[in-house]
Amino acid sequence: MTVVQTQDVGEGSPLLEVDDLRVEFDTYGGSVKAVRGVSFSVAAGKTLAIVGESGCGKSVTVQSLMGLTPMPPGRITSGRARLRGVDILGRKEIDGREIRGREIGMIFQDPMTSLNPTMTIGRQIAETLEVHRGWSRKRALDRAVELLDMVRIPEATQRANQYPFEFSGGMLQRAMIAMAIACEPAILIADEPTTALDVTIQAQVLDLLSDLQRDSGTAIILITHDLGVVARMADDVVVMYAGQVAERGSVEDVFYRSAHPYMLGLRAAMPSSTSDRAHRLLPIEGSPPDLFSPPTGCAYAARCPHAMRICSTRDPAPSDLGNGHLARCWLHSENAPRVEALDYGAGRPASGLTSGLPA
Amino acid sequence: MSDAPPLVVADQLTKYFPLPGGRKVHAVDQVTLTIHEKEVVGLVGESGSGKSTLGKTLVGLHARTSGTASYRGETLPQRYQPEDFRRWAKKTQMIFQDPYSSLNPRMTVGEIVGEGLKLHSTYSATEIRDRAGEWLRRVGLEPDHMSRYPHEFSGGQRQRIGIARALILEPEFVVCDEPISALDVSVQAQVVNLLDELKASMGLTLLFIAHDLSMVRYVSDRMAVMYLGVLVEIGPASDVFFSPKHPYTQILVASNPEPDPLRERHRRSETIAGEIPSPVDVPAGCRFAGRCPKAMDICRSETPRLLPVADTPGRQVACHLFTT
Repeated sequence: MTVVQTQDVGEGSPLLEVDDLRVEFDTYGGSVKAVRGVSFSVAAGKTLAIVGESGCGKSVTVQSLMGLTPMPPGRITSGRARLRGVDILGRKEIDGREIRGREIGMIFQDPMTSLNPTMTIGRQIAETLEVHRGWSRKRALDRAVELLDMVRIPEATQRANQYPFEFSGGMLQRAMIAMAIACEPAILIADEPTTALDVTIQAQVLDLLSDLQRDSGTAIILITHDLGVVARMADDVVVMYAGQVAERGSVEDVFYRSAHPYMLGLRAAMPSSTSDRAHRLLPIEGSPPDLFSPPTGCAYAARCPHAMRICSTRDPAPSDLGNGHLARCWLHSENAPRVEALDYGAGRPASGLTSGLPA
Repeated sequence: MSDAPPLVVADQLTKYFPLPGGRKVHAVDQVTLTIHEKEVVGLVGESGSGKSTLGKTLVGLHARTSGTASYRGETLPQRYQPEDFRRWAKKTQMIFQDPYSSLNPRMTVGEIVGEGLKLHSTYSATEIRDRAGEWLRRVGLEPDHMSRYPHEFSGGQRQRIGIARALILEPEFVVCDEPISALDVSVQAQVVNLLDELKASMGLTLLFIAHDLSMVRYVSDRMAVMYLGVLVEIGPASDVFFSPKHPYTQILVASNPEPDPLRERHRRSETIAGEIPSPVDVPAGCRFAGRCPKAMDICRSETPRLLPVADTPGRQVACHLFTT
């Protein structure tokens, strides 16, 4: 695969920068504030994972970058997203290159419903090349076979002539990856790409994504709720809660020096390989807030074991903990009392709020 | 635990689903499994491995094709008739995976939870309502949620309703078919802890079916691994997880991503090529041989039997690597 053109992006400078994105949906019951001021950036060749539970706004965030949010009822109320410095929100193309498909490729969660059941796999991949690059039918189809081969589909020539129902779930997801990388996009967005797959097939697909990234330098934005997948794939992590970024930083900072009680809570709610049954899982009690009328204070305050009085009245600003590690929590304010990390369990890597890397 | 007679025994249990043209789906093939009282047995495997079919067959939701299943030494009916359900539903129950499709949307939560008592007890309508309300409280909901409908609840709350429905008859043995797979991480722990509390207070015996290996290891005493309708490995849960013997279990464990970036970065998964084959035309010999990195000639001709492994108490593996 040829190297994606990233020459106009300097070393280390971000390829995509999202700043204070806000998205609302108008419904009969009022407007749902799905994304409430999300900022992050992605550099070429790096993987950014966006994690959070269902309804936290992670899919809406990336869909609005690609213009996939239906408007109406959706509405981008503020914010900017710049690809190589050029604003892309609400635009279809930059310098004649279409954003969707050409600059940013997308892989969806459910490969069974995301492909056209009446078109052969080869034609669906070829169509992208015909539309975005103006290639001939023959040339595009030849390339489609090459792409299927690249995503390790055996007997690609024959497979290209088959319909989606003839493929297994894992193979459909590979076919979708082939389609997403057909135009060699600078950014690949994968929205829960392995959630519908078994672990052995998930491992194959994740390895494939890593290999493609190493060969092409594509930036990947990976949306998932699985912290195991994040640990395996991500360079940087954005933890979303109730439409906001609760914590953001390098994968090491977010996992080993978790600074937001929500991230600490998620990790304590999962069995780790070292925890035994004598140590109970600590669930996060309650449920996320209603985004028709988000709370005035911190969105996590009602479920937070560390909540203080200020938490329910004023929304915290993100605190910078150094090295790009941000946490939206009052505990990091200068005036906050010093908090000992809750006992999130023996046997886990020492982590959280005040402590450092595991020995 | 080994001295007491087992609670549930499946012996050569087989379930085939017929297809047009005389072919059949070998969903569960000669599975022998013993479950002791108050034990939690975790059952893992990929989709299509037959784990749900095994669970459903044990509680009478599928008729057996051959083999036997027994409960406290008494043979369970091959095909349940209404009177069999009336008798066994009080002892064996099931919690389903999808809290969205397993609750009747036209019934109130009170009717759903109380239905078991309505069918299987002599309680009056008032008594049933009282008990349903009490069970809603036990699973962490409010008794006055009884008049609401399932769509008014979140996924985690619906799974609690499913648990109350299964446990209101105070069964001894419960098959939990992927009870947490559809839930968010923060809610999974709530449901697992609830099951744990109820298990302790009621002395339940559980068959816990899931594909999340870390969670199965956490909740189970023993872990059983299925592949294409057969049991390939069983043993104490932590032993199976930390020192898997069967090549398939080894790959399953290696594919399981853990929330620990440093570990994950230094681990390249031993991914296997290919996917689980069709359970219609099952290969001769070991069913995993076609994907197994360690396959030998014998694996393609002779079916390995599930046999104890030398020097590892409680472990059984169906693999020629351990017999030759």
